[in-house]
Amino acid sequence: MRISLPLGLALAALVSTGVLAAETGPGIALPPKDVSFSFEGPFGHYDRAALQRGFQVYKEVCSACHSLNRVAFHALADEGGPGFTEAQAKAIAAGYKIAAGPNDKGETADANGNPLTRPGILADHFPAPFPNEEAARTANNGALPPDLSIIEKARNDGAHYVYSILTGFGEKPPAGFKVMENKYYNPYFPGWNISMPPPLNANSVTYSDGTKATVEQEAHDVVTFLAWAGEPKMEERKRMGFGVMLFLIAFAGVLFLSYRKMWADQH
Amino acid sequence: MASATSDGTTRRDFLYIASGAVGAVGVGLAAWPFIDQMNPSAAVLAMSSTEVDLTPVQEGQQITIMWRSKPVFVRKRTAKEIEESKSVNVSDLPDGVARNANLPDAAPATDANRVIKPEWLVLIGICTHLGCIPLFNQGDFGGYLCPCHGSQYDTAGRIRRGPAPENLFIPPYAFMNDTRIKIG
Amino acid sequence: MSAGESTYVPKTGFTRWLDSRLPIVRFAHDTMLTYPTPKNLNIWWTFGGILAIMLVFQILTGVVLAMHYVANANMAFDSVENIMRDVNYGWLLRYAHANGASMFFLAVYVHMFRGLYYGSYKAPREVLWILGVVIYLLMMATAFFGYVLPWGQMSFWGATVITNLFSSIDQIVPHLGTAISTWLWGGFAVGDPTLNRFFSLHYLLPFVIFAVVGLHIWALHVPGNNNPLGIDVKGPQDTVPFHPYYTIKDGFYLVLFFILFAALVFYAPNFVGDVENYQPANPLVTPAEIVPEWYLLPFYAMLRSIPQKLMGVLVMFGAIATLFVVPWLDTSKVRSMRFRPMMRPFFWILVGACILLGYLGAKRPDAVWNLGGIEVSLVWPARLAALYYYAYFWLILPIVGLIETPKPLPDSIAKPVLAAAE
Repeated sequence: MRISLPLGLALAALVSTGVLAAETGPGIALPPKDVSFSFEGPFGHYDRAALQRGFQVYKEVCSACHSLNRVAFHALADEGGPGFTEAQAKAIAAGYKIAAGPNDKGETADANGNPLTRPGILADHFPAPFPNEEAARTANNGALPPDLSIIEKARNDGAHYVYSILTGFGEKPPAGFKVMENKYYNPYFPGWNISMPPPLNANSVTYSDGTKATVEQEAHDVVTFLAWAGEPKMEERKRMGFGVMLFLIAFAGVLFLSYRKMWADQH
Repeated sequence: MASATSDGTTRRDFLYIASGAVGAVGVGLAAWPFIDQMNPSAAVLAMSSTEVDLTPVQEGQQITIMWRSKPVFVRKRTAKEIEESKSVNVSDLPDGVARNANLPDAAPATDANRVIKPEWLVLIGICTHLGCIPLFNQGDFGGYLCPCHGSQYDTAGRIRRGPAPENLFIPPYAFMNDTRIKIG
Repeated sequence: MSAGESTYVPKTGFTRWLDSRLPIVRFAHDTMLTYPTPKNLNIWWTFGGILAIMLVFQILTGVVLAMHYVANANMAFDSVENIMRDVNYGWLLRYAHANGASMFFLAVYVHMFRGLYYGSYKAPREVLWILGVVIYLLMMATAFFGYVLPWGQMSFWGATVITNLFSSIDQIVPHLGTAISTWLWGGFAVGDPTLNRFFSLHYLLPFVIFAVVGLHIWALHVPGNNNPLGIDVKGPQDTVPFHPYYTIKDGFYLVLFFILFAALVFYAPNFVGDVENYQPANPLVTPAEIVPEWYLLPFYAMLRSIPQKLMGVLVMFGAIATLFVVPWLDTSKVRSMRFRPMMRPFFWILVGACILLGYLGAKRPDAVWNLGGIEVSLVWPARLAALYYYAYFWLILPIVGLIETPKPLPDSIAKPVLAAAE
């Protein structure tokens, strides 16, 4: 089969003349930083310690504004995840207050008007910091902090993008660039004006395993945790993929030999 | 065409049998996810055990909680109700088996075999006849009356009169402490 | 040349009893075991079997997914996340179904281009070709409905854009287009009623496809398969029984196809998808770029290349309608492009034009190319490619068929095989 020569030449010309080059300019987000994560590649896996540290960062820093409402507490004890035991996951769940249904009198709030709550159980999902979108916007100058359960799947090159945003604060904007009111300069965010104040500082958390809590480390760990939050089955998927590919290649091999043998009398 | 070996089977046949076998294994392995997806999901399994706080339940009262989509009665029995239940002769019962998931299948339906702590009666509130929910503290035996076809249960939830064939089932449960049980 | 007398002989009492009441085993025997198939079929003929397997695979994965999916605007997105996280192997079934759709279209495009190259649409296989175009249309409708179901941003806005196209009919018959859009939506915009009916149709159409595939294979078996030489089968010396020769050959290529499929599902499951669809649908926020799945991009590019809405719609639908009449646009007496040296480069340019249209369909509407300092809007290459598409079928195919001198055809299929001519 002959590949179209004209098409190949055309593509080569387009690339070499810069027609197919990437855009740059004020407000255009910088390409994400090139760091490596343990979960990348066909043999990637989640670093358990990073997942637990990242969970700590989420819990102590991010959860003030960002919900994680698709992740259930029981997932913390699942295989391929942070590796908490069921008892530990239960304790984590019990530490959260979940909105409780009406009591026997039909009330949903106590005498002071506070909503009734109960401790979380494994079946519950992480509760949101705000009861609804309006409350979230009011608390954040009109901006809505997105839910983080699948944030890394909802952005191109999600893990690197989130890492770049988290570590991209603190630089001075270029001359002439106006940072809008109630916003912060971050060149990795499209438009360069991000509503989120820099969330991470050195030692924002104190890691229980003694790891030094630099901004890069905290960002790396929470990015790993959020990757798991979005794709809890990644390790199982890649493990199964390896077996399936081996099986299919072996199957193709034995079928190919059968095919040649079968058709030998036709040549 | 095929090269015959001395024992009559051809090399070609072995290859084809091997191909077929690999294919069959592949289809079998591929079929499992399609079958297993119908088994309870992790979300459903997370709801497979429920903890109940016993403190709000007064003596002589009962609460109903849902466990695995079924109603479970948690009843605090009075001393009189316990006495009544203990005085029953097991051989007089229509169903002499305890129906207690915490005990072996053949355990007899003594009052002791229907509870863990005598004052707390925990049973699945589904009539063993055709599945209606029996009414609390009604009927001639101080236990339950099923409004659908008139089955009557005693203060240990055992069938005494009516079409129901078996005693109300006791679910697997355990005391976590004096005021809390975990069902399932 | 279709199968002659059936050679099936039932061997057991049961099979004799069944054969006289419902000759289903005879039918399978004649159509799938002894069916005489040209002996010179190449790799491009394996995609029909691959497509049949993919249809069954999509139906199986779809039916089990439907056991967990909830077609309600408030619950759909969450139900898909439930499948991905909590349903046993749900992640595998979802990724297999989503990437299976892409593999299905990859195979159908290869299958269609094979038909165009080897003249498989020419007499007496015109109805076979037309049934194929019907299947293609049903596939596009099924895929469109299916993509809406997860109710992500792209699901919602893709549905909005495509259903809004119907309002362009207002320019022909006032109010009719809006009436049709409203009828499709079940409301004043894409919403919960739309989602529910799209789910119903998405479940239904694959079974309609299955029935049309049955007709498609029947229409194939009457004249028999075409072959790379494009010449008719002259007798049994030109054919081999379908089993075991083509069951094993199709089986081998199917496994190769599945290797590619597995690589996608297990190692790049979101590669062909759109990250925007991992955001729940928001009727108040339009995504920066609304893009359909890759297999619909060439038509999307054609649509957008014409600024006038109604004309864009007509150009897009006209491109598909053109496919129906291809058997009558081709005037050549020769089927296979192997023997049509003048026509062949035009065919490859058509392939290039379709790929280019696909590439352009994903670009922003205001995107430009920088050609030595001059900014050229991408609508121009899109228009050029769309023009070529129409020119290929309506001008080049009829004209070249009349003026070209084809290479001499071999006498028969069996002879070139013996003489190792090709």
